[in-house]
Amino acid sequence: MLRGNIKKVNSLLVRSFHSSVPNKSSGPSSPIIYPSLDIENAGEKQKMNLFQAINNGMDIAMQKDSKAVIFGEDVGFGGVFRCTVGLRDKYGASRVFNTPLCEQGIAGFAIGLAAQGATPIAEIQFADYIFPAFDQIVNEAAKYRYRSGGQFNCGSLTIRSPYGAVGHGGHYHSQSPESYFGQTPGLKVVIPSTPIEAKGLLLASIREKDPVIFFEPKLMYRSAVEEVPIGDYEIPLGKARIVKEGKDITIIGWGAQMRVLLQAVNMAEEKLGISCELIDLRTIQPWDVETVVESVKKTGRVIISHEAPKTGGWAAEISATIQERCFLHLEAPIQRVCGYDTPFPLIFEKFYVPDHLKNFESIKKTIVY
Amino acid sequence: MISQASRVLTRLGRNNELKRALTNSLNNCNKSSPSIIRSFSSKKQELEEKDKFEYTNNLEVQELKHYIPCYTIMNQEGVVSKPEQDPNFTKEEVIKMYTTMLTLNVMDSILYDVQRQGRISFYMTSFGEEAIHIGSAAALEMSDTIFAQYRETGVFMWRGFTINDIINQCCTNEHDLGKGRQMPMHFGSRKINLQTISSPLTTQLPQAVGSSYAQKLAGENNCTIVYFGEGAASEGDFHAAMNFAAALSTPTIFFCRNNKWAISTPSKEQYKGDGIAGRGPNGYGMKTIRVDGNDIWAVYNVTKLARKIAVEEQRPVLIEAMTYRVGHHSTSDDSSRYRTVEEINAWKEGKNPISRLRNYMNHKGWWSDAQEKETIASARTSVRESLVNAEKQYKPSINEIFTDVYDKPTPALIEQQKELIEHLKLYPDEYPLNQFADSKLILKD
Repeated sequence: MLRGNIKKVNSLLVRSFHSSVPNKSSGPSSPIIYPSLDIENAGEKQKMNLFQAINNGMDIAMQKDSKAVIFGEDVGFGGVFRCTVGLRDKYGASRVFNTPLCEQGIAGFAIGLAAQGATPIAEIQFADYIFPAFDQIVNEAAKYRYRSGGQFNCGSLTIRSPYGAVGHGGHYHSQSPESYFGQTPGLKVVIPSTPIEAKGLLLASIREKDPVIFFEPKLMYRSAVEEVPIGDYEIPLGKARIVKEGKDITIIGWGAQMRVLLQAVNMAEEKLGISCELIDLRTIQPWDVETVVESVKKTGRVIISHEAPKTGGWAAEISATIQERCFLHLEAPIQRVCGYDTPFPLIFEKFYVPDHLKNFESIKKTIVY
Repeated sequence: MISQASRVLTRLGRNNELKRALTNSLNNCNKSSPSIIRSFSSKKQELEEKDKFEYTNNLEVQELKHYIPCYTIMNQEGVVSKPEQDPNFTKEEVIKMYTTMLTLNVMDSILYDVQRQGRISFYMTSFGEEAIHIGSAAALEMSDTIFAQYRETGVFMWRGFTINDIINQCCTNEHDLGKGRQMPMHFGSRKINLQTISSPLTTQLPQAVGSSYAQKLAGENNCTIVYFGEGAASEGDFHAAMNFAAALSTPTIFFCRNNKWAISTPSKEQYKGDGIAGRGPNGYGMKTIRVDGNDIWAVYNVTKLARKIAVEEQRPVLIEAMTYRVGHHSTSDDSSRYRTVEEINAWKEGKNPISRLRNYMNHKGWWSDAQEKETIASARTSVRESLVNAEKQYKPSINEIFTDVYDKPTPALIEQQKELIEHLKLYPDEYPLNQFADSKLILKD
């Protein structure tokens, strides 16, 4: 029934919406009004962008936990993305400090701090530079509790790192390495998409009893602005957010991709007259299977979108789980709209990223299947 | 027995058949009785190797006592303290060196501003480090391989990488040898024997050791030089590289540009002890020289000597050139947030490597204000013309997104390329296709 209607709509509109104002594909051309998450009993709010909300979250963590320490390359003067501005002055250079330039050192040092009862909040300057720390994170942090028979753990460890496309980052300032870490048992992986959620998820990550890799969408450090509650609040890990309810198709993403997806959803609802359910996974591992499965059972159609290359990306994992749990509910093949299987190419970024148009086309294809 | 056999193997050299047979029997031997061999060979080693340290009944905690001195021969006035150590380049050669430094400086000023105007996406200046670039590059042969960090533009210019080459890369146009895939400043060129730069720090160091080992195996009379900063020397790859080079005795020149700042982190927060040079002799048993990086003749002499040692003795050398990063880390950085103007000016004015060489030329009567003005004007014109021209060029073809990932594209890549082109056919006006080479042709197919 639905399929027939959509086909009719589609045949009417197919040519008319393919061309509009030139060169809008790099991202939202008109400001997308992204719905802010409501925090219950939040109290006083203040306008903050993403880096300010993260700064505010760390400020609260430092204030309430005297064992919390912040360190990494260039964090002393405020960090290259300004996330730690003012914290050294406020909490002293023994709690907020520069480390030598060595990511494996930062990660290993952080694990030791955590194992000895402190609360390390480590920064890796770019997610692209986390790989020298891969051994420490994957072989050490992730297995610390398991290998000791539960005697020791480094659960108080949080590693923050900016990830993702930024418009001019090329190979080494653009990558989205979440699935490398998502595949490692023992690690939790969190990616916020708004200032309000970043603060709540960061505070939850810092207080989480497992090591957390917290990837921050650097594209949004300044551009995403919300009225952020100034008090202490947490958003639980492992819980997705239904950003927008809908009935015809489920769209899943995280981080900076959420705004792109909202734009695609708006376009699809307007041009195709359908209703889309938009889900922000927020936690990559452990991810909220229940919310996703419930949504897909309702809509029967699903698209998963991320910037990271398609092959072996986290969308593949989600897709496999949906197939296992919702097979008889699916009306169309699950679609993945992702980066291509190439390194992130500087000058081709506009072509490379899974933009709103590619997502819109995928929605259309799924709907008319 | 094993070591003897290995030695025989090495001597056998090109006799492949015999070599294979011996290798096989060696491997079998290893498999069959590993424990016996291990104990046998370690016992033998004990007999052969004698401790190089002395035993003492004096309980003494060792601390750093002697700092490695910094070699310098030309003062800021351009006077060479030991005339016999003046490399005595001809007037033409010195003028070429000086004008390259000046051109680099002029280009840096323009491209920094050009990035500020949004015409290129990123830039990194070399202000204050010009003598390191030209002094070291002049001491090398074109057949020596270069691995760089990212602030060595003058080295590449000296070797024939032109202003056009640099600006095409910064403008990521279709003449960029890297096909527009990397950020500005990530040069690479077969012509000048420069392996392509990557942003991750220090990864190039162990690679350079491998490269020089290959040169050694091939019996070349060349070496590999690898440049890096004092901040990069904190990475684990530094240790890996130094230790490999020393243990495998490779013709590698480790050239550290100690410019005192790693973005906002001053060297005093980066390490303790006697800098980077201090790690060489005692830490790795590596020949080491510390040099005044703002003295072009000192840098030249040191690099020349290091090259001689590397090539003739087939062993690595560590150079630590002391200098100062006069500019910001990059166009993404504002260094006024973490250091004083006084500190910058003390170096920029008091120890300027360009004016030091100019003073030297003045003493010789080789340079005039008019020549200075003319060189600056001509460099400005070249850079501006090159820029205007580079901006007019097409960006590389969008097909280049999918090439060079592998030797030949995989089925998945071929499929993704088709998907992109089909998508672009649906939305030709939504993407800046007209800026990219061959777009019409690609979309037509």
